[in-house]
Amino acid sequence: MNDATSFAPALRTPTRSFQDMILALHDFWSAQGCVILQPYDMRMGAGTFHTATTLRALGPEPWNAAFVQPCRRPTDGRYGENPNRLQHYYQYQVILKPSPPNIQELYLQSLAVIGIDPLAHDIRFVEDDWESPTLGAWGLGWEVWCDGMEVTQFTYFQQMGGFDCKPVAGELTYGLERLAMYIQGVDNVYDLAFNSAGVSYGDVFLENERQMSKWNFVVADTEGLFDLFAKAEAECRNALAAGVPIAAYEQAVEASHVFNLLQARGVISVQERASYMGRVRDLARSSCEAYAEKMTPEWEAKFPGWSLV
Amino acid sequence: MADFLLELRSEEIPARMQAGARAELEKLFVRELAAAGVAADSITVWSTPRRLALIARGLPLATQAVSEEAKGPPEGAPDAAIDGFCKKNGVTRDQLELRDVKGRMTYFAVVNTPGRAMADVLSAAVPAIIRDFSWPKSMRWGAASLSTGSLRWVRPLSGIIALFDGEVVACEVDGIAAGRETYGHRFHSAGAISIAGADDYAEKLRAAHVIVDQEERAAIIRDGAAKAAAEAGLVLVEDEGLVVENAGLTEWPVPLLGRFDEAFLEVPPEVIQLTARVNQKYFVCQDSAGKLANAFICTANIAASDPAVVVDGNRKVLAARLSDARFFWEQDQKTLLGGHAKKLSRITFHEKLGTVADKVERVAKLARWLCEEGIVVADPALAEQAARLCKADLVTEMVGEFPELQGLMGGYYARAEGLPGEVADAIRDHYKPVGQGDEVPTAPVTVAVSLADKLDTLFAFFGIGELPTGSKDPFALRRAAIAVIRLIDANSARCLISAVARAWANDGTTGPGLQVEDFLHDRLGVMMRDNNVRYDIVQASTNLGTQLDGDVWRVRRRAEALQAFITTEDGTNLLAGYKRAANILKKEGHSVTPAEAGASGGSAQTPEMPAFAGMTGGAGITLEGLGYTPDPAEAALIAALGEAAPKAAEAIEAEDFAAAMAALATLRTPIDNFFEQVTVNDPDPAKRAARLALLGSFRDAVHRVADFSRIEG
Repeated sequence: MNDATSFAPALRTPTRSFQDMILALHDFWSAQGCVILQPYDMRMGAGTFHTATTLRALGPEPWNAAFVQPCRRPTDGRYGENPNRLQHYYQYQVILKPSPPNIQELYLQSLAVIGIDPLAHDIRFVEDDWESPTLGAWGLGWEVWCDGMEVTQFTYFQQMGGFDCKPVAGELTYGLERLAMYIQGVDNVYDLAFNSAGVSYGDVFLENERQMSKWNFVVADTEGLFDLFAKAEAECRNALAAGVPIAAYEQAVEASHVFNLLQARGVISVQERASYMGRVRDLARSSCEAYAEKMTPEWEAKFPGWSLV
Repeated sequence: MADFLLELRSEEIPARMQAGARAELEKLFVRELAAAGVAADSITVWSTPRRLALIARGLPLATQAVSEEAKGPPEGAPDAAIDGFCKKNGVTRDQLELRDVKGRMTYFAVVNTPGRAMADVLSAAVPAIIRDFSWPKSMRWGAASLSTGSLRWVRPLSGIIALFDGEVVACEVDGIAAGRETYGHRFHSAGAISIAGADDYAEKLRAAHVIVDQEERAAIIRDGAAKAAAEAGLVLVEDEGLVVENAGLTEWPVPLLGRFDEAFLEVPPEVIQLTARVNQKYFVCQDSAGKLANAFICTANIAASDPAVVVDGNRKVLAARLSDARFFWEQDQKTLLGGHAKKLSRITFHEKLGTVADKVERVAKLARWLCEEGIVVADPALAEQAARLCKADLVTEMVGEFPELQGLMGGYYARAEGLPGEVADAIRDHYKPVGQGDEVPTAPVTVAVSLADKLDTLFAFFGIGELPTGSKDPFALRRAAIAVIRLIDANSARCLISAVARAWANDGTTGPGLQVEDFLHDRLGVMMRDNNVRYDIVQASTNLGTQLDGDVWRVRRRAEALQAFITTEDGTNLLAGYKRAANILKKEGHSVTPAEAGASGGSAQTPEMPAFAGMTGGAGITLEGLGYTPDPAEAALIAALGEAAPKAAEAIEAEDFAAAMAALATLRTPIDNFFEQVTVNDPDPAKRAARLALLGSFRDAVHRVADFSRIEG
């Protein structure tokens, strides 16, 4: 027996390590049959933008996936000085399609797995409907409270890209940092234990937050950003025309993020804002529509009687 | 007789929808019973976040057999008619009966519907109720949602209990079969609970940590929160809306008191209360002096193993919220309000009306003018200053986070930067009065700003033709009008709306002033109708001679006096006499009535006050001036008019409307006698002309008090 085969992973300690919490969630959702994906390799504002969520929410095929998605919210940057706000943070996304009947129980089990005892902590499902005009999407659900803190967004997708979800997918979005702060009993995100070997969240990300906040707010070349926006928009159209809607969708995601950066730079006026948002919405919806339409023959063949609209 | 239990279990129903859902459940159930021709002795409806329940007591075991008969065509009618009748009643031709109806043999269809077992009625009713249930928002879910025709519910429906007389009512909706099993509290109870019937339902759930009656949960929260506060030596700030909301969020409510860092109390108490309430659904407390205390009460949904852990978690969340609020509070104060106000030029007020900064400019000028004219007795400079700053808080971080704090925050920031108290108060209160019950400002500077703000809104939107129509009033102009009326009324802010509009328009015209005046009169009519003053009475009181009275304050008082007068015997009779006189004059083409002149809009071009001077009543007609000896009743009317008309005119000038009415009342007997004893249409043209002139004077005297032609009856 060599060293490699004798390796056995250490017991996970999700209550004392950020990465163990993530790994415990991976273990749990993997056991539920989910595909464990890696983050989408693009800058995006929310895990919902990952194609594993948006595009896979379309169509009749079952789809179960879980992944961590880094999220970029340029305007939330606080130069590393605010204990709760970051311009870059992690979401844990689970997408279950069709939504299983025991989805709430599965979710609560996942909380137990990372160390939340529902008789010690007050868990509540509080109405919170979700809507993304950009994606032509909406759903009903809750924000899940743990002792009054929102730890998860729980949504039953009803529409995506302007199409009815047939079937409906259940989406769980865990706010990883705030959950970890809660579980580890830490008041400042930078004090989180990232692993069990003494590395903190601040060791990993504090300098990143300082520099990126400065870049987002002050440094980023706005002309270059406007140019990037226009190029992403053009490329999205190009990809749509060429019948590759996934590529078009990526450009829509790119345009969306560049728009967020322009916002953070404060160079988009109130009047222009609506127009830019309309353009991003148009790209995203066109891409989703094109994707759904391209896939429809295959979906209809696999699911006789199913129709897109 | 037997009882029925229905439970519709689902994932968490939004708290705000539960009251409506209970009403909907009862309504649909009653509808189903009515369709079967039965009724329950009593119906109880309960809700928790995870279930809707209904218990109907005293239902019959079966519906009554019903025999219905329908009269058809006579014997010998065409086959088509008879067949049609059979089809309509669901009978065959040989089932028809022939009966004698007034000597004519006529077909009758007799349909006997036997009684149905109540269980059968219910097994059809339950799916119908679920399918027809109307939620403010509903959704599809699960594998069945592969088709858009799948069942919709507020959140996934997970189970149905339907028990009649203790037996399961067989029915199924979208694969969910009714049974007798339910589940208790999500965390305090494990496994299914079997329910025997309507009688053990609530108690079995209670044993499983579910209090199914929302009223009982509300009482636990209300009393528990008050008790928790008292134990901490504090007083709960009562909030019934929050009680109901928390009752809708819990099945086993446990109010818990926690403390937050006292340092946060430097943030205005309204901010703390709002943060706690809106974001966290917490109650707040006061100390014995009525000052906000550093305590909150959250309502947990569990009997926690260690309540301190739950409280501590909630404390942290609140602390994060409050530190955000404190950050906003501090951040906002780094800029003076005047600096914030500059940013208003970046906010569009309305695409045709420019920015909020433009609006502020107009309001500031108008507020100053109102003071300069003495309409509001306040320092014009202070009014203008307050107006210039009144919207500045709209661009602050705090109001961005909590829009409902607009005005209030501006007031705080104004005080913090050392502005005069009147200015800070005016900024704080200038949105008032907002709703019907809201207090009306009386501080002069506040009144000037509030009045200017609302009048500007009315003038501006009327100016671009954005008028309220039917139920659509997107810019809340009706509310603004009511606020204007209340401000004018409470503060005796005497003004002609058209004159204000002239100052506002500042281009030599009255702009939309007359339209706004009309709109205010209409609103005043609606408002006064709620105080039992008839709408037509208010309409009659808007007229002064041939002019609309643009002074809302005066119109109101005139209407009140007129309403009081018109309901007396003198008033009723005088009105009858007036109508008679007006009819005769109209028939004789004796000049148009003021009402017609006013309604045409032509004469309303002149906005100024009608001249009272020179309008001295019926003094124009004297006994000596007649070329004949008048009838006694005619002479009496001339004399009475000679006395009453100047008196009424004087009273009107003094705005003593009750006295004006009293003066008119003296004309009642003379006018009655005149009509009884004198022929107007005398063959002698001189007499006829004089009598018509007399009636004209009478009518004019009455019109100087109010436009009686608009009064109905």
